Amino acid sequence: MEIPYTVTPRKDTGLYNAKVGIWLFLASEVMLFGALFSSYVLLRVGASFWPEGLLNIPIGTFNTWVLITSSVTVVMCWANLKLGNFNKARVYLGLTILCALGFVGIKTVEYNDKFTHYTIRFTNDVTAAAFLKEAYGNDDEATRSGVFANTYGVPDSKVVAKNKELPPPRFLEITGHLEGNPHFVTLKKLKAKNAETITFIPDALNQGKKEKGAAPDAAHDHKKVTVKMSELVYLSAYTPQRNTYFAIYFTLTGLHAAHVIGGALVMTYLFFTGRRWWQKAPEQYTNRIEVAGLFWHFVDLVWIFLFPVLYLL
Amino acid sequence: MAATHSTTHTAHEAHAHHEPGFWRKYIFSTDHKVIGIQYGITALLFLFFGFLLMAAMRWQIAYPGQPIPVAGKIIGWLLGAEAATMIPGGIMSPDLYNAFGAMHGTIMVFLAIVPLAFAAFGNYVVPLQIGAPDMAFPRINMVSYQCFFMGGVVMLASFFIPGGAARSGWTSYSPLASMADLTNRVDGQTFWLIGMVLLITSSLLGAVNFIATIIQLRAKGMSWMRLPFFVWAQFVTGFLLLLAFPPLEAAGVMQLMDNVLDTSFFLPSGLVISGQPVDVSGGGSPLLWQHLFWFLGHPEVYVLILPAMGIVAEIIACNTRKPLWGYKALVHSVLAIGFLSFIVWAHHMYLTGMGTKISTFFQTTTMIISIPSVIILTALFLSLWGGSIRFNTPMLFALAFLPMFGIGGLTGLPLGFNASDILLHDTYYVIAHFHYVVAPGTIFALFAGIYFWFPKATGRFMSEGLGRIHFVLSFVFMNLIFGPMFLQGLAGMLRRMSDGGAAYSLAQNPGIEGALSDAIINLNKGVSMAAWGLGLSQIPFIINFFWSIKHGKKVPSDNPWQATTLEWQTPTPPPHGNFAVEPEVHRGPYDYSVPGAKSDYSPQNQPH
Repeated sequence: MEIPYTVTPRKDTGLYNAKVGIWLFLASEVMLFGALFSSYVLLRVGASFWPEGLLNIPIGTFNTWVLITSSVTVVMCWANLKLGNFNKARVYLGLTILCALGFVGIKTVEYNDKFTHYTIRFTNDVTAAAFLKEAYGNDDEATRSGVFANTYGVPDSKVVAKNKELPPPRFLEITGHLEGNPHFVTLKKLKAKNAETITFIPDALNQGKKEKGAAPDAAHDHKKVTVKMSELVYLSAYTPQRNTYFAIYFTLTGLHAAHVIGGALVMTYLFFTGRRWWQKAPEQYTNRIEVAGLFWHFVDLVWIFLFPVLYLL
Repeated sequence: MAATHSTTHTAHEAHAHHEPGFWRKYIFSTDHKVIGIQYGITALLFLFFGFLLMAAMRWQIAYPGQPIPVAGKIIGWLLGAEAATMIPGGIMSPDLYNAFGAMHGTIMVFLAIVPLAFAAFGNYVVPLQIGAPDMAFPRINMVSYQCFFMGGVVMLASFFIPGGAARSGWTSYSPLASMADLTNRVDGQTFWLIGMVLLITSSLLGAVNFIATIIQLRAKGMSWMRLPFFVWAQFVTGFLLLLAFPPLEAAGVMQLMDNVLDTSFFLPSGLVISGQPVDVSGGGSPLLWQHLFWFLGHPEVYVLILPAMGIVAEIIACNTRKPLWGYKALVHSVLAIGFLSFIVWAHHMYLTGMGTKISTFFQTTTMIISIPSVIILTALFLSLWGGSIRFNTPMLFALAFLPMFGIGGLTGLPLGFNASDILLHDTYYVIAHFHYVVAPGTIFALFAGIYFWFPKATGRFMSEGLGRIHFVLSFVFMNLIFGPMFLQGLAGMLRRMSDGGAAYSLAQNPGIEGALSDAIINLNKGVSMAAWGLGLSQIPFIINFFWSIKHGKKVPSDNPWQATTLEWQTPTPPPHGNFAVEPEVHRGPYDYSVPGAKSDYSPQNQPH
């Protein structure tokens, strides 16, 4: 006996096997991402402080558009196969793969920005105030509220966060870049190299456009400040270990990117084996594209949730 | 045939002319029967290995601080350089005890029972019972086994890395799991998580395959209400695995990030270990891990038990020579269990401080889920009424399942009420409860299944005499092991203590109210001896299993038990592709003793 319904649908279910398979697989994927989104909610609800405005919204919007476009092109590919236009379908499949690559490329740039962007904190209020004065020419209320006001580790952090008070200067997280834009530098690594000072290029102040606690503008005014290592109590890039926000951001988007890459690999395989396959078994090839397309729509849909949750909220 | 697209069609045509080689036939096979047997053998080996871990731990519990005779030297030799700290002078260290405990649970649940109950029996029996030529996706089926195998290898390898295997319990609660081994960057817990991701992938692929097969490949006339109960049980189990495992995968990824990349998903602010503040950002939630873990953990309990119920139902119907009592009620109950099992998980967490309102909700759902479970058990008991029961080995195991699962289930009720759970939580009572469900419960059903379907897979019966010895000894020892644990638990003896409660004994704390009496502590010795006895009573089974493959009594026909379901209407053993002619189903699964019929059984493919 041969396995039935590999290509043609079964009468009572109206589906061929692979389509049942992919829908079941997607149900499981919903639970996977659902668990991560739930974790996001729980972590955020339980946090005394949740950073906002750290991601580049125009870039994120553009990437959303890229992914939605790819969802359209993959449907066009399938529709053209249904109409028997293999060559046109192939073009649309190629476009879909290009969109996937574009998305991953843009995401890489975004990741790179984060891995070279640093936060520092000072040992005490005096050194912190001195740094603000040197970097911004002032250490008044306006300056302090223009830098990143994290409340991790602040005694009574919940009260401080609730009243939107500014924490004492040593808890201010001052953001910026290190000279030469190195990746993943940590205090531990610097100490291991016996570095005595670092050259820090602070970000421009957030000019009160946003609420207190929002991130300052990532653009910097190119002023270099030399900071003694002995004055620093904390230094970290925007990496997963920096806080739970980045941890869940990188986990969610990383897992999503892995899905994009996986989908792109499958479609590349279908692209290069397509012509021979189409000549031999057109219906089966069309089915494969449909199944790959269903997966692709799911990947797209996850991003439709990720974008507002991570970038806008 | 294993052809899903045209390129393998040519391979198939080549097949038809000559037999596939050893590798294609037994190792990289896509045939559901071979894969089922692969799963079965691997899982039985893991079952034995998991038992050995516990046998070693039982020595430490009964005779704390004394060197383990013989086995101590062997374990020390196996562990190599780590032995000096793990098992100095043949005495099991608390760290090794914890590692063995964590791995006993992990191996038994994820590498022994689930693969045996769901994957092995499901793979071998389900396609046959629904009249299908194979699984819907044979190559995915093969990959599923390979992922399972690799997961097992990773778990086994973790015993031999610096620091040893994971030692934070099979539940791997954070922050303990991230902090248990601070000297090694890649520790047993990392291996555990990677192993789990592989095992989850395996069961995901398996679940998709099973469900798709049951939906798509039922033979002509095999309508939903004509499915054997075993198929229903596997169908629901498939959904549990499909939907409950991914949250654990998400949790596993996050804990892996915590361990390897120093994130703080499950690490709270202000964490201090050995007087030192831990250098992490904090802000995470330990409770989140528990929620995600038990969201899998509880449906997992039903993954362990539903296939067992399915096997028992098949064997009872066949050996009472009458239809199952209340087939429809059984089907609806199993569906209800499947649904409800997703909303009971936090009854494992009453003591976490998650709040009384949440506890009340989960207490209520937990009580509700006991209703369909009781319906199933009752229907199986009632099926015996008025039957002319054949007491062969599979039937003995199946009959023993009923009271054993009954004890396990009923003793779960006090754990489901949060008032009584406060007293019983984390005591030996819990251990006794879930082992009654899984060990004399599920494992007995699995033995029953092995004795029952062995003639189909090999064409020979297993020896009845050895089977009965195996049954009687196992039955006695199982109860001697887990019965006394109820008493120990009620007396307040906590689990996961490497000295078997000695530190809280009256002997070491004279005059302290509530300390464990000598009688309670001394039960440890009896339980340990029963455990080793249980190990020895598996010898008849092992001999029987291998001996019968070649020398067992030959089956007189393709249907030696005179059963009605389709797996008995194939050649023995079933060839690649299963059925000589496409079967057509004309009747329900349990047409035994139909009035007016020629024989006392009417196979499903027999026309009216």
